[in-house]
Amino acid sequence: MENFTPYTAFSGGILIGLSVTIMLFFNGRITGVSGIIAGLLAPKTGEWLWRLIFLIGMISGSTLFVYLYPETFTPRAGFPTPLLVIGGLLVGFGTRLGNGCTSGHGICGIARLSLRSIVATVIFMLSGAVTVFITRHIMTTGAFL
Amino acid sequence: MKHLLSSLIAGTVFGVGLALSGMLDPNKVLNFLDFSGHWDPSLALVMAGALVVSFIAFRVIPKRVTPVFEDTFRLPTRSDISIRLCVGSAIFGIGWGLVGYCPGPAISVLGIGSGDIFIFTASMLAGFLIYHFTMEKKGS
Repeated sequence: MENFTPYTAFSGGILIGLSVTIMLFFNGRITGVSGIIAGLLAPKTGEWLWRLIFLIGMISGSTLFVYLYPETFTPRAGFPTPLLVIGGLLVGFGTRLGNGCTSGHGICGIARLSLRSIVATVIFMLSGAVTVFITRHIMTTGAFL
Repeated sequence: MKHLLSSLIAGTVFGVGLALSGMLDPNKVLNFLDFSGHWDPSLALVMAGALVVSFIAFRVIPKRVTPVFEDTFRLPTRSDISIRLCVGSAIFGIGWGLVGYCPGPAISVLGIGSGDIFIFTASMLAGFLIYHFTMEKKGS
Protein backbone atom coordinates (compact mmCIF):
# COMPACT_ATOMS: atom_id res chain seq x y z
CA MET A 1 0.00 0.00 0.00
CA GLU A 2 1.45 3.29 -1.10
CA ASN A 3 0.90 6.62 0.65
CA PHE A 4 -2.22 5.40 2.45
CA THR A 5 -3.69 8.36 4.37
CA PRO A 6 -6.59 6.93 6.36
CA TYR A 7 -7.21 9.80 8.81
CA THR A 8 -7.29 12.71 6.37
CA ALA A 9 -9.21 10.56 3.87
CA PHE A 10 -11.92 9.67 6.39
CA SER A 11 -12.09 13.23 7.78
CA GLY A 12 -12.39 14.67 4.27
CA GLY A 13 -15.12 12.14 3.59
CA ILE A 14 -17.02 13.32 6.69
CA LEU A 15 -16.89 16.89 5.33
CA ILE A 16 -18.23 15.70 1.95
CA GLY A 17 -21.04 13.94 3.83
CA LEU A 18 -21.70 17.20 5.70
CA SER A 19 -21.96 19.03 2.37
CA VAL A 20 -24.49 16.42 1.18
CA THR A 21 -26.41 16.96 4.42
CA ILE A 22 -26.50 20.76 3.99
CA MET A 23 -27.79 20.46 0.40
CA LEU A 24 -30.47 17.99 1.48
CA PHE A 25 -31.58 19.84 4.61
CA PHE A 26 -31.67 23.39 3.22
CA ASN A 27 -32.14 22.88 -0.54
CA GLY A 28 -33.82 19.46 -0.70
CA ARG A 29 -31.41 18.25 -3.34
CA ILE A 30 -28.96 15.51 -4.18
CA THR A 31 -25.31 16.60 -4.30
CA GLY A 32 -24.33 15.16 -7.68
CA VAL A 33 -21.53 17.20 -9.17
CA SER A 34 -21.87 16.02 -12.79
CA GLY A 35 -25.59 16.85 -12.70
CA ILE A 36 -24.94 20.23 -11.09
CA ILE A 37 -22.47 21.16 -13.85
CA ALA A 38 -24.61 19.76 -16.68
CA GLY A 39 -27.59 21.82 -15.46
CA LEU A 40 -25.52 24.94 -16.12
CA LEU A 41 -25.21 24.04 -19.80
CA ALA A 42 -28.95 23.52 -20.38
CA PRO A 43 -30.41 26.07 -17.97
CA LYS A 44 -34.00 26.08 -16.79
CA THR A 45 -35.59 28.99 -14.88
CA GLY A 46 -34.36 29.17 -11.28
CA GLU A 47 -31.99 26.29 -11.90
CA TRP A 48 -28.88 28.20 -12.79
CA LEU A 49 -27.49 30.42 -10.05
CA TRP A 50 -27.41 27.93 -7.17
CA ARG A 51 -25.43 25.53 -9.36
CA LEU A 52 -22.87 28.16 -10.31
CA ILE A 53 -22.56 29.24 -6.68
CA PHE A 54 -22.10 25.65 -5.48
CA LEU A 55 -19.26 25.17 -7.98
CA ILE A 56 -17.66 28.48 -7.01
CA GLY A 57 -17.82 27.24 -3.41
CA MET A 58 -16.04 24.01 -4.40
CA ILE A 59 -13.25 25.91 -6.13
CA SER A 60 -12.98 28.37 -3.21
CA GLY A 61 -12.91 25.64 -0.56
CA SER A 62 -10.19 23.62 -2.28
CA THR A 63 -8.15 26.70 -3.17
CA LEU A 64 -8.37 28.06 0.38
CA PHE A 65 -7.32 24.73 1.88
CA VAL A 66 -4.31 24.41 -0.43
CA TYR A 67 -3.41 28.06 0.21
CA LEU A 68 -3.34 27.35 3.96
CA TYR A 69 -1.63 23.95 3.62
CA PRO A 70 0.45 24.20 0.44
CA GLU A 71 2.45 21.07 1.25
CA THR A 72 -0.68 18.94 0.78
CA PHE A 73 -0.98 19.47 -2.95
CA THR A 74 1.28 19.37 -6.00
CA PRO A 75 -0.40 19.95 -9.37
CA ARG A 76 0.17 17.19 -11.89
CA ALA A 77 1.90 18.47 -15.00
CA GLY A 78 3.08 16.86 -18.21
CA PHE A 79 0.22 14.39 -18.49
CA PRO A 80 -0.35 13.49 -22.17
CA THR A 81 -2.81 15.95 -23.72
CA PRO A 82 -4.59 13.37 -25.94
CA LEU A 83 -5.39 11.33 -22.83
CA LEU A 84 -6.76 14.43 -21.04
CA VAL A 85 -9.04 15.13 -24.01
CA ILE A 86 -10.24 11.55 -24.43
CA GLY A 87 -10.68 11.09 -20.68
CA GLY A 88 -12.62 14.35 -20.36
CA LEU A 89 -14.96 13.47 -23.22
CA LEU A 90 -15.61 10.00 -21.76
CA VAL A 91 -16.21 11.34 -18.23
CA GLY A 92 -18.58 14.03 -19.55
CA PHE A 93 -20.56 11.81 -21.90
CA GLY A 94 -20.56 8.77 -19.61
CA THR A 95 -21.77 10.58 -16.49
CA ARG A 96 -24.71 12.07 -18.43
CA LEU A 97 -25.66 8.78 -20.08
CA GLY A 98 -25.38 7.03 -16.70
CA ASN A 99 -27.08 9.92 -14.82
CA GLY A 100 -24.36 10.40 -12.24
CA CYS A 101 -20.79 10.22 -11.05
CA THR A 102 -18.85 9.45 -7.88
CA SER A 103 -20.85 11.94 -5.79
CA GLY A 104 -24.38 11.44 -7.15
CA HIS A 105 -24.31 7.64 -7.46
CA GLY A 106 -21.30 6.73 -5.31
CA ILE A 107 -22.24 8.80 -2.25
CA CYS A 108 -25.84 10.08 -2.41
CA GLY A 109 -27.24 7.06 -4.28
CA ILE A 110 -25.60 4.47 -2.07
CA ALA A 111 -26.62 6.45 1.04
CA ARG A 112 -30.21 6.30 -0.24
CA LEU A 113 -29.74 2.55 -0.82
CA SER A 114 -30.70 3.03 -4.48
CA LEU A 115 -30.05 -0.22 -6.37
CA ARG A 116 -29.53 1.85 -9.54
CA SER A 117 -26.71 3.78 -7.92
CA ILE A 118 -25.13 0.70 -6.37
CA VAL A 119 -25.04 -0.97 -9.81
CA ALA A 120 -23.64 2.22 -11.42
CA THR A 121 -20.92 2.55 -8.76
CA VAL A 122 -19.83 -1.09 -9.09
CA ILE A 123 -19.65 -0.68 -12.88
CA PHE A 124 -17.61 2.54 -12.93
CA MET A 125 -15.24 1.27 -10.24
CA LEU A 126 -14.69 -1.95 -12.19
CA SER A 127 -14.25 -0.27 -15.58
CA GLY A 128 -11.90 2.25 -13.96
CA ALA A 129 -9.84 -0.54 -12.40
CA VAL A 130 -9.69 -2.49 -15.68
CA THR A 131 -8.59 0.69 -17.50
CA VAL A 132 -5.82 1.33 -14.97
CA PHE A 133 -4.73 -2.30 -15.19
CA ILE A 134 -4.44 -2.01 -18.99
CA THR A 135 -2.65 1.35 -19.04
CA ARG A 136 -0.28 0.65 -16.14
CA HIS A 137 0.39 -3.06 -16.45
CA ILE A 138 -0.35 -4.20 -19.99
CA MET A 139 0.96 -1.17 -21.89
CA THR A 140 2.88 1.80 -20.64
CA THR A 141 1.46 5.22 -21.37
CA GLY A 142 4.46 6.05 -23.57
CA ALA A 143 4.01 3.01 -25.79
CA PHE A 144 0.28 3.58 -25.92
CA LEU A 145 0.70 7.02 -27.52
CA MET B 1 -32.21 33.81 -2.02
CA LYS B 2 -31.24 32.01 1.18
CA HIS B 3 -30.85 28.80 -0.81
CA LEU B 4 -27.88 30.42 -2.57
CA LEU B 5 -26.12 30.87 0.76
CA SER B 6 -26.59 27.21 1.66
CA SER B 7 -25.35 26.24 -1.84
CA LEU B 8 -22.23 28.32 -1.29
CA ILE B 9 -21.57 26.80 2.13
CA ALA B 10 -22.22 23.25 0.91
CA GLY B 11 -19.94 23.75 -2.11
CA THR B 12 -17.19 25.20 0.05
CA VAL B 13 -17.38 22.36 2.58
CA PHE B 14 -17.29 19.87 -0.31
CA GLY B 15 -14.19 21.59 -1.75
CA VAL B 16 -12.40 21.60 1.62
CA GLY B 17 -13.34 17.93 2.09
CA LEU B 18 -11.90 16.94 -1.27
CA ALA B 19 -8.67 18.85 -0.58
CA LEU B 20 -8.29 17.42 2.95
CA SER B 21 -8.97 13.89 1.72
CA GLY B 22 -6.21 14.07 -0.89
CA MET B 23 -8.66 13.44 -3.73
CA LEU B 24 -7.48 16.50 -5.67
CA ASP B 25 -4.45 14.39 -6.63
CA PRO B 26 -5.38 12.25 -9.64
CA ASN B 27 -2.49 9.88 -8.94
CA LYS B 28 -4.03 9.05 -5.56
CA VAL B 29 -7.27 8.16 -7.33
CA LEU B 30 -5.43 6.05 -9.92
CA ASN B 31 -3.53 4.28 -7.12
CA PHE B 32 -6.90 3.36 -5.61
CA LEU B 33 -8.02 1.83 -8.90
CA ASP B 34 -4.70 -0.01 -9.28
CA PHE B 35 -5.37 -3.20 -7.34
CA SER B 36 -2.40 -5.06 -8.77
CA GLY B 37 0.13 -2.28 -8.23
CA HIS B 38 0.68 0.24 -5.46
CA TRP B 39 -2.83 0.04 -4.06
CA ASP B 40 -3.89 3.04 -1.97
CA PRO B 41 -7.23 2.39 -0.22
CA SER B 42 -7.69 6.08 0.77
CA LEU B 43 -10.57 6.66 -1.67
CA ALA B 44 -12.55 3.89 0.01
CA LEU B 45 -12.18 5.71 3.34
CA VAL B 46 -13.30 8.98 1.79
CA MET B 47 -16.44 7.23 0.60
CA ALA B 48 -16.89 5.55 3.98
CA GLY B 49 -16.70 8.88 5.81
CA ALA B 50 -19.09 10.52 3.37
CA LEU B 51 -21.50 7.57 3.51
CA VAL B 52 -21.67 7.45 7.32
CA VAL B 53 -22.92 11.04 7.42
CA SER B 54 -25.05 10.92 4.24
CA PHE B 55 -26.73 7.67 5.23
CA ILE B 56 -28.06 9.25 8.43
CA ALA B 57 -29.02 12.44 6.56
CA PHE B 58 -31.12 10.51 4.02
CA ARG B 59 -32.86 8.56 6.80
CA VAL B 60 -33.77 11.62 8.86
CA ILE B 61 -34.12 14.75 6.70
CA PRO B 62 -36.68 13.60 4.06
CA LYS B 63 -39.13 12.99 6.93
CA ARG B 64 -39.57 16.76 6.99
CA VAL B 65 -42.42 18.19 4.89
CA THR B 66 -40.08 20.55 3.02
CA PRO B 67 -36.42 21.51 3.03
CA VAL B 68 -35.62 24.70 4.95
CA PHE B 69 -35.10 27.08 2.01
CA GLU B 70 -37.07 25.41 -0.82
CA ASP B 71 -40.71 24.41 -1.18
CA THR B 72 -40.10 20.77 -2.02
CA PHE B 73 -37.54 17.95 -1.97
CA ARG B 74 -36.21 17.10 -5.44
CA LEU B 75 -34.83 13.60 -5.03
CA PRO B 76 -34.35 10.94 -7.73
CA THR B 77 -37.29 8.58 -8.16
CA ARG B 78 -36.04 6.20 -10.84
CA SER B 79 -35.19 2.63 -9.89
CA ASP B 80 -34.75 0.94 -13.28
CA ILE B 81 -31.42 -0.70 -14.11
CA SER B 82 -31.27 0.47 -17.73
CA ILE B 83 -28.77 -0.18 -20.51
CA ARG B 84 -28.03 3.57 -20.50
CA LEU B 85 -27.16 3.46 -16.80
CA CYS B 86 -24.76 0.55 -17.25
CA VAL B 87 -23.11 1.69 -20.51
CA GLY B 88 -22.82 5.29 -19.26
CA SER B 89 -21.21 4.20 -16.00
CA ALA B 90 -18.78 1.93 -17.87
CA ILE B 91 -17.78 4.82 -20.18
CA PHE B 92 -17.35 7.15 -17.21
CA GLY B 93 -15.14 4.55 -15.49
CA ILE B 94 -12.87 4.30 -18.54
CA GLY B 95 -12.36 8.07 -18.63
CA TRP B 96 -11.82 8.16 -14.86
CA GLY B 97 -9.27 5.36 -15.07
CA LEU B 98 -7.41 6.99 -17.97
CA VAL B 99 -6.88 10.34 -16.25
CA GLY B 100 -7.81 10.07 -12.55
CA TYR B 101 -10.31 12.94 -12.47
CA CYS B 102 -14.02 12.65 -11.83
CA PRO B 103 -16.21 15.79 -12.07
CA GLY B 104 -15.92 16.96 -8.42
CA PRO B 105 -12.13 17.09 -8.14
CA ALA B 106 -11.85 18.37 -11.74
CA ILE B 107 -13.91 21.44 -10.83
CA SER B 108 -12.38 21.91 -7.37
CA VAL B 109 -8.82 21.98 -8.64
CA LEU B 110 -9.50 24.68 -11.27
CA GLY B 111 -8.12 27.41 -8.97
CA ILE B 112 -4.84 25.66 -8.19
CA GLY B 113 -4.10 23.03 -10.82
CA SER B 114 -1.75 23.11 -13.79
CA GLY B 115 -2.86 23.67 -17.38
CA ASP B 116 -3.82 19.99 -17.49
CA ILE B 117 -7.03 20.61 -15.64
CA PHE B 118 -8.33 23.20 -18.09
CA ILE B 119 -7.89 20.77 -20.99
CA PHE B 120 -9.63 18.02 -19.04
CA THR B 121 -12.51 20.18 -17.81
CA ALA B 122 -13.11 21.74 -21.25
CA SER B 123 -13.24 18.22 -22.73
CA MET B 124 -15.63 17.09 -19.99
CA LEU B 125 -17.95 20.03 -20.78
CA ALA B 126 -17.73 19.06 -24.46
CA GLY B 127 -18.74 15.54 -23.43
CA PHE B 128 -21.80 16.94 -21.61
CA LEU B 129 -22.76 18.93 -24.71
CA ILE B 130 -22.25 15.97 -27.05
CA TYR B 131 -24.62 13.99 -24.85
CA HIS B 132 -27.08 16.88 -24.73
CA PHE B 133 -27.25 17.22 -28.52
CA THR B 134 -27.14 13.54 -29.47
CA MET B 135 -28.74 11.46 -26.73
CA GLU B 136 -31.00 13.63 -24.59
CA LYS B 137 -34.59 12.44 -24.68
CA LYS B 138 -36.98 15.15 -25.78
CA GLY B 139 -39.26 16.43 -23.06
CA SER B 140 -37.41 14.77 -20.22
